[in-house]
Amino acid sequence: MKTFLILGAGTGGTMVANKMAQHLDPREWRIIIVDRDENHYYQPGFLFIPFGIYSTADVIKPKRNFLPPQVEVIFSDIELIEPDENRVRLVKGERVIHYDYLVIATGAHLKPEETPGLVDGGWYKNIFDFYTLEGASALSRAFKFWKGGRMVVNVVEMPIKCPVAPLEFLFLADWFFHERGIRDKVDITFATPLPGAFTKPRASSILGNILAEKNIHLEPEFNIMEVDNDKQVIRSYDEREIEYDLLVTIPTNMGADVIGRSGMGDELQFVPVNKHTLQSNQWENVWVIGDASNAPASKAGSVAHFMLDVLVENILRHMEGLEPQPKFDGHANCFIESGFEKGILIDFNYEVEPLPGKFPLPGFGPFSLLKESAVNHWGKMMFRWIYWNMLLKGEEMPFESQMTMAGKWA
Amino acid sequence: MTTREIAGKTVEVNEEGFMTDPSQWDKEIAVELAKEEGIPELTPAHWKIIEFCRQSAAKTGAAPTLRNITIGAGVSTKELFALFPKGPAKKVARISGLGKPEGCV
Repeated sequence: MKTFLILGAGTGGTMVANKMAQHLDPREWRIIIVDRDENHYYQPGFLFIPFGIYSTADVIKPKRNFLPPQVEVIFSDIELIEPDENRVRLVKGERVIHYDYLVIATGAHLKPEETPGLVDGGWYKNIFDFYTLEGASALSRAFKFWKGGRMVVNVVEMPIKCPVAPLEFLFLADWFFHERGIRDKVDITFATPLPGAFTKPRASSILGNILAEKNIHLEPEFNIMEVDNDKQVIRSYDEREIEYDLLVTIPTNMGADVIGRSGMGDELQFVPVNKHTLQSNQWENVWVIGDASNAPASKAGSVAHFMLDVLVENILRHMEGLEPQPKFDGHANCFIESGFEKGILIDFNYEVEPLPGKFPLPGFGPFSLLKESAVNHWGKMMFRWIYWNMLLKGEEMPFESQMTMAGKWA
Repeated sequence: MTTREIAGKTVEVNEEGFMTDPSQWDKEIAVELAKEEGIPELTPAHWKIIEFCRQSAAKTGAAPTLRNITIGAGVSTKELFALFPKGPAKKVARISGLGKPEGCV
């Protein structure tokens, strides 16, 4: 009996388990998936919690519901991965699993302690994150009674999960304070290490204009050195200071600690992979999906989804002794919620930056690209249903993994 | 992809002004690119970082990220920002004739 082991049962790991269960003969293979948490979190939904649009119940479901019955599910922390021995040590029961194939899907995690002062004073009092359920819920409570002041949204360093989420947060905050009638009492600043609103030039300029229209001040190339809790300022390495009453931070993102402990990661604990095949650079039976890899694609569920077919096909090819195919193109597709029931859609890959135009989607689209529209907002809202009911189960989606230029204005 | 002239040489650059062929780079080009990035003179401390980045890129095929540089070249983040203000990883990559660091996604 051979073992196919998946570490992490988030978006990527769950999809891989479902796909591999369709492909592997249960008389030959056992599939095991390990995760520390029994709950599956719909992470894109965290964004809506501070504004009271979603509640906790909207974003949590039991992991077991999304995994096929023939997959053995173990809830445990992982002690160590020993890829030279094809072995993983679990914390629970000190169990040791020997594997033939390993898929790492352990994600990216927030490390607020990487920034001096961030968790020392005002943490969850006047400093919040919204990338965790705890942070988003704490911020929701703070917003309820906030009377206004200076709100600073700060990205500590790149890369981060879902690089558009800070912008969505800003757009939604603008809308939320309007609805509450206190927008004139709130001063909003976005401090980012990037030279503009976003990572890619054309999207950056269009999204930057939207920030300006909404009267959100942009502080580019701001690399935070420390939080001064007493003076209530964030200070950059080049000694710029920004005062805050409420600080919303997007802390340093790193791969799982077990990756670092096992000596398998880069300086941010992300696992080096071939960015087109998703195979580990060092161990040929180790493959990586989603945020856990160092592939220079956006860290997002849509990207994990586009990785899925390439990864599964390459693993099956490898089992047959064939070379993996370099088919992953860095494709990402993001709905950006822009407030007032509108949204923006962007679609891009390693080579092609987000462009304006139309995104064709059989049976539903087209969606406008890089432009605000109500249809894009409803696309985003509908996506939660698609995520829980189709995407995690690895069902056929009405679009290809590789990006298409159809409809784009180059 | 376009070409431009720097320090009397014609080199290929992308739309963001990063050189696309590291083998076309030399130290005179670095001096000119540094001026464009607002650094009037390259000191030995600058060159140490530039050389680290060139070597790192030759090994990995990609410009190093900020954390790669601070860990690999043994320089503090604060010092690195003093040498290459604002976006050090990006600036040093451009001056060193390398592509944009891939951390910027």
